[in-house]
Amino acid sequence: MAIDLAQFHQVFFEESLEGLAIMESGLLGLGTGGADPEAINAIFRAAHSMKGGSATFGFTAVADFAHHLETLLDEMREGRRPVTAQAVEALLGAVDCLRDMLGASQSGRPVDRAAVAIHQAALERLLADGAVGATAPAIDRDEGWQIVFSPHRDLFRSGNDPVRIFRELAGLGRLEVDAELGFLPSADELDIEDCYLAWELKLYGKVARADIDEAFAWVEDHCDLAVRPLAELAALAAVPVPPEAAPAAAVQPASVPPPATAETGTKNVGGGSIRVDTAKIDQLINLCGELVITQSMLGLLGETFTMDRLEQLQSGLAQLERHTRALQESVMNIRMLPISFVFSRMPRLVHDISGKLGKRVELRLMGEQTELDKTVIEQIADPLMHLVRNCLDHGIESPHERVVAGKSDTGLILLNAYHRGGNIVIEVSDDGRGLDAPRIFAKAVERGLLEPHAHPPPAQLYDLIFHPGFSTAEQVTEVSGRGVGMDVVRRNIEALGGRIELKTQPGRGSTFSIHLPLTLAILDGQTVAVGKEIYIAPLVSIIESISLTEDKLNTFTGKGETFRLRGEYLPIIRLHEVFGVEGGHAVKLTDGLLMVVEGQGLKCGLFVDNVLSQQQVVIKSLEENYRRVEGISGATILGDGSVALILDIPGLVRLARQERPVQTRH
Amino acid sequence: MMRSILTVDDSASMRQMVVFTLKGAGYEVVEASDGVEALGKAKSRKVDLVITDLNMPNKDGIALIRELRAMPDYKFTPILMLTTESGDAKKQAGKAAGATGWIVKPFNPDQLLKTVGKVLG
Repeated sequence: MAIDLAQFHQVFFEESLEGLAIMESGLLGLGTGGADPEAINAIFRAAHSMKGGSATFGFTAVADFAHHLETLLDEMREGRRPVTAQAVEALLGAVDCLRDMLGASQSGRPVDRAAVAIHQAALERLLADGAVGATAPAIDRDEGWQIVFSPHRDLFRSGNDPVRIFRELAGLGRLEVDAELGFLPSADELDIEDCYLAWELKLYGKVARADIDEAFAWVEDHCDLAVRPLAELAALAAVPVPPEAAPAAAVQPASVPPPATAETGTKNVGGGSIRVDTAKIDQLINLCGELVITQSMLGLLGETFTMDRLEQLQSGLAQLERHTRALQESVMNIRMLPISFVFSRMPRLVHDISGKLGKRVELRLMGEQTELDKTVIEQIADPLMHLVRNCLDHGIESPHERVVAGKSDTGLILLNAYHRGGNIVIEVSDDGRGLDAPRIFAKAVERGLLEPHAHPPPAQLYDLIFHPGFSTAEQVTEVSGRGVGMDVVRRNIEALGGRIELKTQPGRGSTFSIHLPLTLAILDGQTVAVGKEIYIAPLVSIIESISLTEDKLNTFTGKGETFRLRGEYLPIIRLHEVFGVEGGHAVKLTDGLLMVVEGQGLKCGLFVDNVLSQQQVVIKSLEENYRRVEGISGATILGDGSVALILDIPGLVRLARQERPVQTRH
Repeated sequence: MMRSILTVDDSASMRQMVVFTLKGAGYEVVEASDGVEALGKAKSRKVDLVITDLNMPNKDGIALIRELRAMPDYKFTPILMLTTESGDAKKQAGKAAGATGWIVKPFNPDQLLKTVGKVLG
């Protein structure tokens, strides 16, 4: 075919995923029984749009599946089917299945037919059940619609013909047609080009309202139409309803929202684009306007400059600086998305897992509008889900256990995001049993991580849960404890330049706090001097800076140097040795400063000449511009134009612990 | 008896797809690239169905529909217009001019045949 529909696919996928999100949150909100009609309507509309779209673009399997879903939702919408917990579960499963099918279509991998068949069967079973336990007892006989169709006299002039519409309806179910002849004039008054007839139709079977609306779509402005479920009529069965007394509910064809304005270029699937709030764009445009004004003012000043106008020039330049900074912030802002993108996945997760574990859990979300960089959002989703799973599995107790402990039987998981300084903090807390110190200790001894007679401080003990392969789960459950543990969570967070902290109170609960930079492109750094070189350490990894005294130092032969800090012995890394800085630097450890840093839960001291200023730096990739260098994560350009290297703290800590010789080149 | 369809569109590729699809399904197809040409062809022979795009040079789809409806031969002939999801105003104008119904772009060959089948049954 000459028309390439593929160009529309990307928008369709984006829309559909949004639709699925709407359906999911709507379904989760339904609960049971007290269903809000507007919520069901919204879910129905999303399913309906998806069905239409997938049919248009040739994703027939998706369209078929969505059709079942739509029929079911349509019955709920019409009040002909109760909203049972069982139905909601099946619908949630169907949403997952659709998401998977769309993902498969998008990436071109084959659809998991078995899974589709299972979900489809579940939907069909539900559909076959009819409206079980419905408020109005629905009998097979009443399954279907009554349609009262009174065409305007000019119907034929639009080229339409009722026969065609009836033929279409007959394809949907069993159709009974009764013509109403009462409006026919006498033969000599009759204009054969006009339509005088009206019809009462009964359509039996499981037919979606939307399909009926579709059959009448072309004539909706050429007729009066009333459509209602037969079940409603059954209640009034004793009284035959004359057509003109039927409620003339105008047909509202289910309108499909126009595709959202998203660019459809040749984009990489899964990522090339971002939707930006128009307010942000407006702000950018305003700032550009301001810049242009400032620039023209400065230009004018430059043409006719005399020294007595110096003050004007200075204020102009100050203005330029303000605008430039504001523009930079706004541009950064474009990449910012609210964390609700990640949080919105959690209700479903909690719903599913708490059900499996037989626990009662309430999930509370706070600070959903807190924004952070798109890349960070994408990469923090998995660690966050893991933490929530962990709270559900290890933190929250069974309802019985909670009641015995004097708590309410419903546990609470709180997700909270907020800004602090240049960072964002995301907290995952629960009011469960907290970490079990004795058990962690026993496990650690068993794994050979601790000596049996050791007395580690609590913080250090709790920190062990971030150790690879460390799980205190009694048995491997479906939920967690499958070897992918907190160590991976910590590694992922540190890869983003962040850190994770843990607070816990036995019997009261735990709080995991993740501290992340707002963006991966800008770093809060601490500049340090080593000889003539300037290095930058990420502020997030610095604990403190100290000057050493002799009494705190220890040197072990072959083990390198260590220093004592509040009872801990930490290795020292001399940066000038690691990076081969020649001359001009402090040699004696007591002459310089020691910057205590932490990476992946391990601490060490970096020996530098001096600690300079704190500043935000824009990160440039060293790999892209040069090559990978051990102990360096990137580079930046300082205000004076010189290049400074950014320290890779976790890498350096690993170095210190492993005593691996570093290869440096000059 | 073979049913005949007049398809009007200024986009050659779109016409190609429509013609190819309809001929494949056993309809006789007449082509025109704008409203003026379409009127000429419609006058020279009676067709059973007209499918027209709305945005065309020389004479757009709305004017074409209006003039066809004024011809005795085409008083009741089904005329389908090609619209887009967002072209609601156009759709209304087309209906007011006398169009029977519409096919929403983008459509695939199956949908085209289904809609044509609905009209010519």
